[in-house]
Amino acid sequence: MIPVAHYVILSSILFVLGGLGFLVRRNVLVALMSIDVMLNAVNLALVAFNRSHLQASHLQAYSGQSHLGQIFAFFVIAVEAAEVAVGLAIVLSLYRLTGTVRSDEAHLLRN
Amino acid sequence: MTGLGTAYFYACALLAVLGALGVVFSKNPIRSAMGLLMLILSVAGLFLSLHAQFLAAVQLIVYAGAVVILFLFVIMLLGPTAITSRDHAGLWSRAFGGSLFVLAGGSAIVAVSRAGVGGRATAALTAPDSAFGGIGAFGDILFSDAIVPFELSSALLMVAVVGAVAVARGRQGERTLSKSELDMARSALGAPEGATHSGVFSHESAGAQSLQASGASAPTEEPAR
Repeated sequence: MIPVAHYVILSSILFVLGGLGFLVRRNVLVALMSIDVMLNAVNLALVAFNRSHLQASHLQAYSGQSHLGQIFAFFVIAVEAAEVAVGLAIVLSLYRLTGTVRSDEAHLLRN
Repeated sequence: MTGLGTAYFYACALLAVLGALGVVFSKNPIRSAMGLLMLILSVAGLFLSLHAQFLAAVQLIVYAGAVVILFLFVIMLLGPTAITSRDHAGLWSRAFGGSLFVLAGGSAIVAVSRAGVGGRATAALTAPDSAFGGIGAFGDILFSDAIVPFELSSALLMVAVVGAVAVARGRQGERTLSKSELDMARSALGAPEGATHSGVFSHESAGAQSLQASGASAPTEEPAR
């Protein structure tokens, strides 16, 4: 059985890669994908910790083992879908305004 | 059985890291999207090994079925403009920032891996209930104790859809600014004109500026591409 520490190490490696892509790349689409990579890493850590802390649920209606990490990861996925929809709409709008998807040319507000 | 599980974990982990590297270091955004797809599939496999079956299914449906397809739609819609040229402006600052981030993140990874040795994190995991991670348990929780955030997330998705439509559609009757008009607006604001253009559109903006210099009227329509 794989200990949960390996999952957490993998999760942190993925998070660092996603953050690196967000910082270094100038394509807005790739920056959005890097945010996706980071959110996936966080989801993996949440589910791994949920797996390692199997205890009775503190909720009132559900009496089995606690699912808090998995439920949180579920809501992270929902928020992430909303973020991608709005982000891609902003990318399209940026493309129509400036004709490019480079993030360093998005300085319409800079004086 | 344990050897098989270990091999499964390492295969999924290798594919996930390769996918993340593909996202970050691909020049073509389509390859980045394919790397994202690979990462998502391998993370779904890791969810399965963590007894999160329903979450693995949600991951496949929402990410692989919706998010990656949405990315591909936008990349196809933008066409060759989606590929940004590689230039060297600000390369050193980007490399410096990226290496600082990798340094901090790498030390965090080392700290996690050292702290995880010999604690609860490396203890053998006990097998969960048979209902753990299934759709029955999820439904029980989502519709009883987590009902408020569940309904709030539906409101969030609704607002996001309306906002995405409003942002992507733009105002009715608004004309798209051409490159020369943007340059004129920037020069009126005092920004250096044409200094930041590079890559695909450099020849277009140069043509527009030469038109302006020769006294001809600047093209008011976005050139068809």
